[in-house]
Amino acid sequence: MTDMSYSPSRGQSPALKLVLRSILYILLGLFALFYLMPLFVMITTSLKSLDEIRTGDLVSLPREVTFDAWRTAWSGACTGIQCEGVKPFFLNSLLIAVPAVMISTLIGALNGYVVAQWRFKGSNIFFALMLFGCFIPFQVVLLPMARVLGLMGVAGTIPGLIFVHVIYGLGFTTLFFRNYYVSIPSELTKAAKVDGAGFFRIFWSIFLPLSLPIIVVAVIWQFTQIWNDFLFGVSFSQAGTQPVTVALNNIVNSTTGVKEYNVDMAAAIIAALPTLFVYVVAGKYFIRGLTAGSVKG
Amino acid sequence: MTRWLQDNMPKIVLAPSFIAVMVFVYGFIAWTAWVSLTRSRLMPRYEIDSFIQYERLASSPRFEVAMTNLFIFGALFIVIAMVLGLLLAILLDQKIRTEGAIRTIYLYPMALSMIVTGTAWKWILNPELGIEATVQGWGFANFEFNWLVDPDMAIYTVVLAAIWQSSGFVMALFLAGLRSVDEEIIKAAQVDGIPTWRVYSAIIIPSMAPIFLSAFIVLAHLAIKSFDLVIALTGGGPGYATDLPATYMYAMAFSRGDIGQAASSAMVMMLVVFAIVVPYLYSELRTKDD
Amino acid sequence: MSPILEVKNLFKNYGGTEVLKDINVSIDEGDFLVLVGPSGCGKSTLLNCIAGLEPITRGDMFIDGQNMTNVSPKDRDIAMVFQSYALYPTMSVAKNITFGMKVRGVDQATQDAKLKQVAGQLQIEPLLHRKPGQLSGGQRQRVAMGRALVRDPKLFLFDEPLSNLDAKLRVEMRTEIKALHQNLGASMVYVTHDQIEAMTLATKIVVMKGGIIQQIGSPTEIYNRPANLFVADFMGSPAMNLIPATARKNGKGSKIEIARESGDPIFLIDTKNKDLPENVIIGVRPEDIADAALGRAGKTQEADCLIDIVEPAGADTFAVMQLGGKPVTARLHAETKAAAGTAQRLAFDLGKVSYFEPETGLRLN
Repeated sequence: MTDMSYSPSRGQSPALKLVLRSILYILLGLFALFYLMPLFVMITTSLKSLDEIRTGDLVSLPREVTFDAWRTAWSGACTGIQCEGVKPFFLNSLLIAVPAVMISTLIGALNGYVVAQWRFKGSNIFFALMLFGCFIPFQVVLLPMARVLGLMGVAGTIPGLIFVHVIYGLGFTTLFFRNYYVSIPSELTKAAKVDGAGFFRIFWSIFLPLSLPIIVVAVIWQFTQIWNDFLFGVSFSQAGTQPVTVALNNIVNSTTGVKEYNVDMAAAIIAALPTLFVYVVAGKYFIRGLTAGSVKG
Repeated sequence: MTRWLQDNMPKIVLAPSFIAVMVFVYGFIAWTAWVSLTRSRLMPRYEIDSFIQYERLASSPRFEVAMTNLFIFGALFIVIAMVLGLLLAILLDQKIRTEGAIRTIYLYPMALSMIVTGTAWKWILNPELGIEATVQGWGFANFEFNWLVDPDMAIYTVVLAAIWQSSGFVMALFLAGLRSVDEEIIKAAQVDGIPTWRVYSAIIIPSMAPIFLSAFIVLAHLAIKSFDLVIALTGGGPGYATDLPATYMYAMAFSRGDIGQAASSAMVMMLVVFAIVVPYLYSELRTKDD
Repeated sequence: MSPILEVKNLFKNYGGTEVLKDINVSIDEGDFLVLVGPSGCGKSTLLNCIAGLEPITRGDMFIDGQNMTNVSPKDRDIAMVFQSYALYPTMSVAKNITFGMKVRGVDQATQDAKLKQVAGQLQIEPLLHRKPGQLSGGQRQRVAMGRALVRDPKLFLFDEPLSNLDAKLRVEMRTEIKALHQNLGASMVYVTHDQIEAMTLATKIVVMKGGIIQQIGSPTEIYNRPANLFVADFMGSPAMNLIPATARKNGKGSKIEIARESGDPIFLIDTKNKDLPENVIIGVRPEDIADAALGRAGKTQEADCLIDIVEPAGADTFAVMQLGGKPVTARLHAETKAAAGTAQRLAFDLGKVSYFEPETGLRLN
């Protein structure tokens, strides 16, 4: 990245400059505290015993670190009548997210490839329809979707949820790939056609090897969307097929027994770990791809 | 036959997605729109019967609260997230040595589920053991911060948590925008002796108009769809003080068994999104076609 | 022998707009056809139609006698070099060159042999394992040529292949392409907006404007006998001087009068062309106006002209003056004494003069 910032201190005395820089760093530090505080509180709370939580304060470090809450959250906390922790639901989320991400990314890549490189009469209209589909509030499809899943015999099942996530993820994956492929010169496709390659050959040999950056974006986007989804999860699942977000909400809001804040926090962190992990590992590429698109557009 | 396949392969590849979009997006919107004009209750009915459901919405105090909340929440959330995002972006644009780390800290909430965010803030804001108790424990016995359980203030906790979650993303958008401004223009301004704040206010920020628009669209869209955050943070309460159209719709559909109300409130949400997004998409697609 | 490429009554519409109108052109084996014209004239579209990359609206296209109108590009036995080179970014140079053979299922041994031969021919052996991103513009250009050469097609198509190179490299590559054409004896269709490229490379030139062919001919024909004002103005650098004039019958020829701002007109005697209309536009190439003092063979007529601007260009010096209300350029010898603001005696050679009808722009002689 080229350095386009510039010194705010031109023509100012060194003392003033120092003061300004200090204020700048203090401000940045305060904001960093604001963003970090909830995570900090979650972690410390999850490591405290209930007694300590009741007597101590929110921001203090645990006097005695205990992982009991984590164990309970993982395999013993109650989500309503069941008391198996978030483990089975964590697994459900994986079983939903992994296939849904793969399928919607693959279809989105092919759609984007067609819309960007194999235009035909109506392909732009298709794209506009797809794009608008990204923006609808999903409430507007909840009722009919519930009935259609029933008709298809997949109501309350994991395949049913995969199906829903694929359908409503296509708009974004198509958009990502279309915007990426549209920047690849169409002469490349032409050259390959003259070389004798067909539709899939060109996709496979030329476009797919170029697509790693945008595949990363699409996969991260879809994974966080699907992993973090609550609306579809709570609407279209039943007791055994709920994703982890729904289970977390049930644990936190379950009214039976003593309120175990440390377990709530541990469960919340567990539910957040996969997307946090993805963000820390690959977030750089995601932001790069995402902002590149939005600045261009 | 193979020749036909070859020539039509692009269309064949798009066909399943096209059908899916037509059925599962536009068909379903049509279905919901249709049902919103019937007297459906527990089961959908298909005899159109005027705007009865919309009249019920209009006279429902709970929906009125939900719409009021949407506008309060939406306006505050969008404005504050944009201002904060822009401020953070400008601060970070001053050759900060630890920029990468700070950016990561500002951005990570974006990776979290709204349910996680809601759970965390619910714990922090709860009056018995959260911030209020903590500050009181420090000796400020009169400190009060019980917004979460105050029907008049609870919606602002939703605003707070939503801003915490999304402002980093806005910052990233703006930061990219600041850096995409032509370096030569900035140099020219510096040579002309224009002060830094004027360079930002008169040159850089105006040139980022498209990014403001993108950020606005993303935030507005998030605000209207907000559902999980409210569920996790306040459950719509106290009472229905923090209901949004999204939670209203869900309550009608899945706990009250009032499909007519669910469909009509979903359509109202749809129309709000429509009013914001359609002009945007129209201008986007039109300029891109040129 | 049938022509290697024959385009008959070709029309091409985009939506409602006609971008190519009634194109008829054919070339024989070994011909080097150049399609030239300003941007937007339809030359690239025509090339894409020949390649089969754009469907044509009406008309027929034959390659080596076979009707290829509805045949897909891969079955036309053509190879194409693109303006951006269109090298496959993720493949090495070697893979770029052999991709077409691989797709067609050519066996590995043949692929290797052909790759070796072409790499030798273009002197790109050291580059074979690099990726296109690691090559300079000139090297990419060679690889793109290699990808076409290796296919050994009936017809080579070039879409402005040199326009992304810097001036020096462009001249070098131009010479190489010419040499390649002579050595291979291959048939080529070449699109360019650069009329010098067209003149130097072509055995046959098609000048296009607004989707319509303006003139087809050999480079000399096009240069010496442009069919209309557009071709006259477009081909040649500096452009042909096109001066409004009045013609009167004068024996077997004509007497041409060119008005001047100073009042006294120039009279030129043309001994060959008679029956010209009264109002004509006379076309004179800059090299047909010379410095009278430095002498020049051939029948010339002399006149004193006030020089406005002098532009020394090394080998030549260009002098600009006003004749007939238009700036007129003369290509003078470098040793000319002509100076801005002074009168200079110039010799006009009407041996290759062109006359055009002012209204229609068509050639009269």
